[in-house]
Amino acid sequence: MRTSRPIRSSGFIEYVLWLFTRFSGLLLLLFAAISMGVAFSLGGRTLLDLPTMTRWVFFPNPNHVVNSDIPDVSVGWSNAFWQIFSVLMIFLAAGHGINGVRMVLEDYISRPLLVAMLRVLLFMLWLACMIFAVYVILYS
Amino acid sequence: MALSRRVSFLAGLRYRGKQGMLNFILHRITGLGIVAFVGIHVVAGFFGQQFGDDLSFALNTIYESWQFQLFVYFSVLYHALNGTRLTLMDLFPKLMRFQRELLWLQWAIFVVSFGFPSYFLIQTSLSSS
Repeated sequence: MRTSRPIRSSGFIEYVLWLFTRFSGLLLLLFAAISMGVAFSLGGRTLLDLPTMTRWVFFPNPNHVVNSDIPDVSVGWSNAFWQIFSVLMIFLAAGHGINGVRMVLEDYISRPLLVAMLRVLLFMLWLACMIFAVYVILYS
Repeated sequence: MALSRRVSFLAGLRYRGKQGMLNFILHRITGLGIVAFVGIHVVAGFFGQQFGDDLSFALNTIYESWQFQLFVYFSVLYHALNGTRLTLMDLFPKLMRFQRELLWLQWAIFVVSFGFPSYFLIQTSLSSS
């Protein structure tokens, strides 16, 4: 006879991450909408196809959207506003994604040592993501 | 504390959790798909730019194919819409009474906003090749 699943005793950090998942999701939607609006106002109304629009929505950085047909894309993008915007976006996206991977893994893995090691690995991945992203944003 | 599962995949699919469970599965699959796509894309971009690696360019060719873009667009749109519905229900628990109606609304929005761009994407891709 299979018993029902015991409820995980979730601490304060789990609660904060639960909240973070919700609000980062909403904020990412807002950021994506802003990026899409900027792409349209820069002339994307007639120049962009779906893959290029995906590039804008995911990461509106001059280095990333260089494939798009919008001319002079790097002009006006290397200022503090768009750099902070991009760093925030990457922070929210990487946190959302890697926390999601952690939750999926912990649903299927029960050995405490393995869970701890995977958490360290995921944290290092997150840190690497952030370092790469900040480097790309500041030097492009 | 994970439950030890001794259930086959197909038996799991037959579990009568109905829309809620299928959405749960699809949300996981699309989320992991986005993580995998972005992760490999970042690695390929890095190696392509730094070393001009052939493997990176091969990976980039796969990403830029219209079939893969359709998959990415499906994942992103579904994950975003379903996540919005979940967030709204978590923030306003009264909405949970209408969760099935919200689900139908979600699929209605999804069909329209996935259908039109993918129709034009497929049309232009097929006519240009």
